[in-house]
Amino acid sequence: MTIAPSSALAMPVLRVADLKKSFGALEVLKGVSLEAHKGEVISILGASGSGKSTLLRCINLLEVPSAGRIVVGNEEIKLKQGAGGRMKPADARQVGRIRSRLGMVFQSFNLWAHLTILENVIEAPIYVQRRPRAEAVEEARALLEKVGLADKLNHYPAHLSGGQQQRAAITRALAMRPDILLFDEPTSALDPELVGEVLAVMRSLAAEGMTMLIVTHEIQFAREVSNRVIFLRDGLVEVEGTPEEVFGQIRSESFRRFLGASARGHS
Amino acid sequence: MLAFMLDTVWQLLGGVPLTLSLTAFAVANGFVIALALVLMRSSPLLIWPARLYVFLFRSVPLLVLIFLVYYGLSQFSSLRASFLWPYLREPYWCAIIALSLNTSAYSSEIIRGGFQAIPRGQIEAATATGMPRFTLLRRILLPLAIRQALPAYCSEIILLLKATSLVSIITLMEITGIAHRIIASTYRPFEVFICAGAIYLTMNFAITRIFLAVEYRLSPHLRPAPDAPAPQREASA
Repeated sequence: MTIAPSSALAMPVLRVADLKKSFGALEVLKGVSLEAHKGEVISILGASGSGKSTLLRCINLLEVPSAGRIVVGNEEIKLKQGAGGRMKPADARQVGRIRSRLGMVFQSFNLWAHLTILENVIEAPIYVQRRPRAEAVEEARALLEKVGLADKLNHYPAHLSGGQQQRAAITRALAMRPDILLFDEPTSALDPELVGEVLAVMRSLAAEGMTMLIVTHEIQFAREVSNRVIFLRDGLVEVEGTPEEVFGQIRSESFRRFLGASARGHS
Repeated sequence: MLAFMLDTVWQLLGGVPLTLSLTAFAVANGFVIALALVLMRSSPLLIWPARLYVFLFRSVPLLVLIFLVYYGLSQFSSLRASFLWPYLREPYWCAIIALSLNTSAYSSEIIRGGFQAIPRGQIEAATATGMPRFTLLRRILLPLAIRQALPAYCSEIILLLKATSLVSIITLMEITGIAHRIIASTYRPFEVFICAGAIYLTMNFAITRIFLAVEYRLSPHLRPAPDAPAPQREASA
């Protein structure tokens, strides 16, 4: 029996290879590689300063990596050496195109304050993807209803609780019909009683087969929802595997300490 | 005395159109130039001329600037021969140039402040959608910056309207110019300037109201939600 060449189906939606990022003399990412296949939910854990947010921000070029490769679908992000030896995107249009395929959810929601919830959700579909307004509105209404915000369409972000704002922000990212959703500590800015409603939305997205990359401190959630868990330490992947592998036999001492500290923090 | 004041007000009102047109032109020019100056600041190269411009025209007294434009430019024969001369010899256009230079420098600082006050995260959120730079400016940055800058910008327009009184010195018969003329023939500066002051006051009151209305319209996000009880914040704190 011969091993079949990897088919189109098996091609990862996102591939990151040997990604490095330095801020001045500080090397935050020291060579991280990961692959996300369609429908996979990958949780990225790590202590603060381990580079997990930077990794996520490098993927859609909110930070420009110092070295390494990022491939979204079958398109590799082209980087070039700018003045002073720092890397910068070679093709601004390509960056725009790729970013519009990656939905980003931020820790502090970052909804646009001057737009209503509905306007926030239809903004990028209309003004970035150039979709017809009526279609964007219809889709936005359906999505907002799904996350339980049907009655908040015409409210402004400031009028919503943190949990509602984050659900709206997730909807805003979904409205772009992204290939992957990137979550940067989506529940870290929320009051404990509001975390659940956001996790519930993320859980249902995972169940629907959305490809998700989640930087999180919610160990329990990572354990239950993820297909794969990555533990970063000092800018390198220290542990990687299915939740069963990662949480079953803990070999890494620093991962054990991290889990211990998290458990204490939550008790 | 009442009859005299009524008569004076009536005469002074003749200067209102000129005062308003000077203000309107200078505000329009000033805004466009100010916006360009703010945008220049995001370029490592163009930031220097932008800074120099602001430094220069904010530092020179407006009166000196008016003199420079009105009396100073005519000194250059090449300018007198150019197609610009029909404009530059008119005190009206000289006044608009001087006022525009002055207010654009101040306005650019006000608008820059508005831009700086935009939360970084909201810019990132737009960038992360792949929004092109110009769309980002038009749809996210400007609307947020303008809202932030509105109160200070209203003050700048009021300052400018009052500053138009300086152009009476280059023979323009706006409100203050007419006031001077009336005083020269009646020797009643107190009543006349009271009347002039009252007219400026009325116009500025109108400007303030207009800006308040615009601000109100543009900031529903800063008011309580339509269905929320007002003292919600204290309750949760």
